[in-house]
Amino acid sequence: MVQFALPRNSRVKPGKTHKAPAGAKNVKEFHIYRYDPDKKSNPTLDIFEVDLDGIGPMVLDALIKIKDEMDPTLTFRRSCREGICGSCAMCIDGLNTLSCLKPIADIKGPVKIYPLPHLEVVKDLVPDLTHLYAQYRAIEPWMKTSSAMPKRERLQSPEDRDKLDGLWECILCFCCATSCPSYWWNSHRYLGPAILLQAARWVHDSRDEALGERLDDLEDPFKLYRCHTILNCTKACPKGLNPAKAIADLKILVMERAY
Amino acid sequence: MTLLEERLKRGGPVSPHLQVYNMFALTSFLSILHRIFGAALFVGTLLFAYWIIAAAAGPAAYDTAMSFLGSWFGYLLIFGWSFALFYHMCNGIRHMLWDTGRILSLPEIYSSGYVMVGCALTLTVVAWVLGLSL
Repeated sequence: MVQFALPRNSRVKPGKTHKAPAGAKNVKEFHIYRYDPDKKSNPTLDIFEVDLDGIGPMVLDALIKIKDEMDPTLTFRRSCREGICGSCAMCIDGLNTLSCLKPIADIKGPVKIYPLPHLEVVKDLVPDLTHLYAQYRAIEPWMKTSSAMPKRERLQSPEDRDKLDGLWECILCFCCATSCPSYWWNSHRYLGPAILLQAARWVHDSRDEALGERLDDLEDPFKLYRCHTILNCTKACPKGLNPAKAIADLKILVMERAY
Repeated sequence: MTLLEERLKRGGPVSPHLQVYNMFALTSFLSILHRIFGAALFVGTLLFAYWIIAAAAGPAAYDTAMSFLGSWFGYLLIFGWSFALFYHMCNGIRHMLWDTGRILSLPEIYSSGYVMVGCALTLTVVAWVLGLSL
């Protein structure tokens, strides 16, 4: 449902300011969303003055420094620090991206960091992804076959394999899904760009034998057709993939088989 | 306790969305304009219909209509309506191309966005130059 304003318990209040150590020369302000589930209070925006000398160039490097040296309670997900695990997705400077791939130098003024938009917050920059994973499960992201089990692997021509490029690389960070206003308002029934790109990954796989069933499942006013080509998804994807194109191709497939 | 029950019990806040996301990025900005102009066209078309009906109803009714529509404010409304119309038409063509799977790469999304706004502005100016000179 469309709800422009945040509910009362979700409004962000001003928070604490953590000063840079005396003598720091290369200081940058980080405004970071904080929410502690153990306190019964609203989220706050804390200000950290971070000395950038001696740390790596990415936003994640600064977050790790804050956690190590300024406030160990700061909570965020991270793992690979090189854009392959998808853990450190967050809203930085008004755009969803991976903090490990976002150079601090790209941002003018204070670096504003929020959790991925319009999700329930577990703590600080950690949102609850349960619903997104449930939607991923719902498209049955595995190969479905009805033919007899072959003696060896199911083969695929290089040309058919090429059709999966731009789809298999998705790391499920959900930057695209949570950048989509239509997903904000309709996530209870709309699958959103991330899950639809995954659906396309199986629809275009020449070895999969459940194409009709998959398209039947997608042909729904909400699941697929709440995509209004706003295209925030393609702009947000930190892997340079194109969920909007994947969705357009799904719509074309659904339409073509009707004629 | 299931995951869902646990989640409902916890009741964490909703993370900020419109409040913090950059809605002035070309992608979402042109999309929002398309919606706003679509709604504006609905109202504007009523005004347009009133103007034509007034013209058909006779000189007295037409004079009444023109006393409002002929004022600077009336011109402003008609100018806005004409731009909304051309914007909606040009972006509608862009939407149709997308529905055929074309111009969906990020550079194409941006270049077609600028071209679309340029076309809408040009058509508006051309329509007014023609309209005022005829």
